[in-house]
Amino acid sequence: MRSVFKNISWRAIRVWQRNFDVYLKTWKVNFVPPLLEPIFYLFAFGLGVGNLVTAVTFEGRQVPYLQFIAPGLIAVTTMNHGFFETSYASFVRMYFQKTYDAILSTPLTIEDVVLGELIWAATKSVFAALIMFAVAMAMGLLSFPNASWILPVCLIAGMVFASLGMCFTAMVRTIEMFNLPVFLFVTPMFLFCGVFFPLASLPSWIQHVAWLLPMTHLVSALRTISLGGMRRGILIEIFVLILMALVFPFLSIVMMKRRILK
Amino acid sequence: MQDIIRARRLTKTFDGVVAVNNIDLSIKRQECFGLLGPNGAGKTTTVLMLYCFLEPTSGLLEVFGDTVEKYARRIKARIGVCPQENNLDPDLNVWDNLRVFARYFDLTGPAVAARSEELLHFVGLYHKRKSRIDDLSGGMKRRLIIARALLNSPQLLILDEPTTGLDPQARHQIWEMIFRLKEEGVTVLLTTHYMEEAAYLCDRLLIMDHGRIIVEGNPKELVERHVGFNVIEASSANKRLEEYLLAKDLNFEKTYRHFFIYVKDGGKTFAEISQGYCSGQCTLRMANLEDVFLKFTGRELRD
Repeated sequence: MRSVFKNISWRAIRVWQRNFDVYLKTWKVNFVPPLLEPIFYLFAFGLGVGNLVTAVTFEGRQVPYLQFIAPGLIAVTTMNHGFFETSYASFVRMYFQKTYDAILSTPLTIEDVVLGELIWAATKSVFAALIMFAVAMAMGLLSFPNASWILPVCLIAGMVFASLGMCFTAMVRTIEMFNLPVFLFVTPMFLFCGVFFPLASLPSWIQHVAWLLPMTHLVSALRTISLGGMRRGILIEIFVLILMALVFPFLSIVMMKRRILK
Repeated sequence: MQDIIRARRLTKTFDGVVAVNNIDLSIKRQECFGLLGPNGAGKTTTVLMLYCFLEPTSGLLEVFGDTVEKYARRIKARIGVCPQENNLDPDLNVWDNLRVFARYFDLTGPAVAARSEELLHFVGLYHKRKSRIDDLSGGMKRRLIIARALLNSPQLLILDEPTTGLDPQARHQIWEMIFRLKEEGVTVLLTTHYMEEAAYLCDRLLIMDHGRIIVEGNPKELVERHVGFNVIEASSANKRLEEYLLAKDLNFEKTYRHFFIYVKDGGKTFAEISQGYCSGQCTLRMANLEDVFLKFTGRELRD
């Protein structure tokens, strides 16, 4: 356990740089989907669902539906990019490309490699959130100055989702097995954590389960921030996210070390 | 002189299965040292411990006088590794593979660019510097991995089966490169399945099997000491020849169709056997390392 801290160093940034270099090489592929994705979502929900639901009651006031889901969509982007980077993408690097094996013959340790991957995935999820953020801002869906806190919160949450993805990478035998955590965690977080409708519409036991998931905390915090409100609960939500962003990376590093070094 | 690598009672077990069993090693500066053995003998496990990928289960292992458990980063900074499996970065082109890999060693800037250029010329891949990794042939990939292993100007170069699967041209090119590096003062540790390669390159070598060292020494001396100077291969193994060999008290091995007869003075015995006892083909050849290898590790298939 203690050796994990001893073996972590600033060299983790070399792994981040490697991934960033690759990201820049394929920037068109990396940039266009995150740009179109929010536009698709906002169109579908704004024109489609938005015509059925004109306003949602939130914290005692009526909020236009698009304004209601915009922070939820930023949260979804953060989750998807964080989780998928350290699950499928990291698994490809580790298992098929043997990139980790190559790096481990240099002065980097496995702790450096995994930490570098996590920081990278968190960064990438913030890049994607930033694009979604910019589109939402351009459409006037965010309330400033409070909304400028959205991205720092996304960075913390990106770390949470990245390290969760990495935990599964440490466990799966084949790449197809990621379908299971996607079905059990990612899809439920997409549907039942308050992205598209207030959590209060669900039976109370589902609400209790939902509050165990990072997504619920993220959506709730981002929504309050983006609508310019303030309540005491938001501090607890951010505190929970910070706690998860410290515990899960540690856990994922321990698990990956066990997987790779036997 | 101080040993570059020193192992004492080095052991590695995986879930109770012993992969490397109590081995001792001493490898000197500027030596080319070979690790030979059938599949599963423990060569790669030994190599993985040497470059601090795996921690020894027990025993002592020092590289450059530092223990691997404690000084892994410092040791790895001074080692170049050519792994058994190609692990070039397919997301980056040839040039960026070198640039990004050097950065893991904290080497950046114009010095790295100059070094990369020099190494690409050395391995004959400068014209391919903008190519994708997938577009390189097997031999080119191997050469690029060697160039990559030399980026940090290592004092110890570890080559795990550097020529497996390569055509003769590529293999000879890599052998030339290894000789040049040795002249420049690099210590080389080599594992291989090719006996002629080991005999050609190695100053000393050892043969491992089932995690243990079976025999160790200079390749030429090993052949003379354990096999002799000549080998007579006689096909269609018959009873009459066997009786003759037993009567003459000759050192021989018998397979389903062949006799392998190990002799010090081949000519006389060969004349007798080929004229009097051999119904099929009978050939006389120089003894080689492969004879030593098969003598110690047997002829049964592994894996």
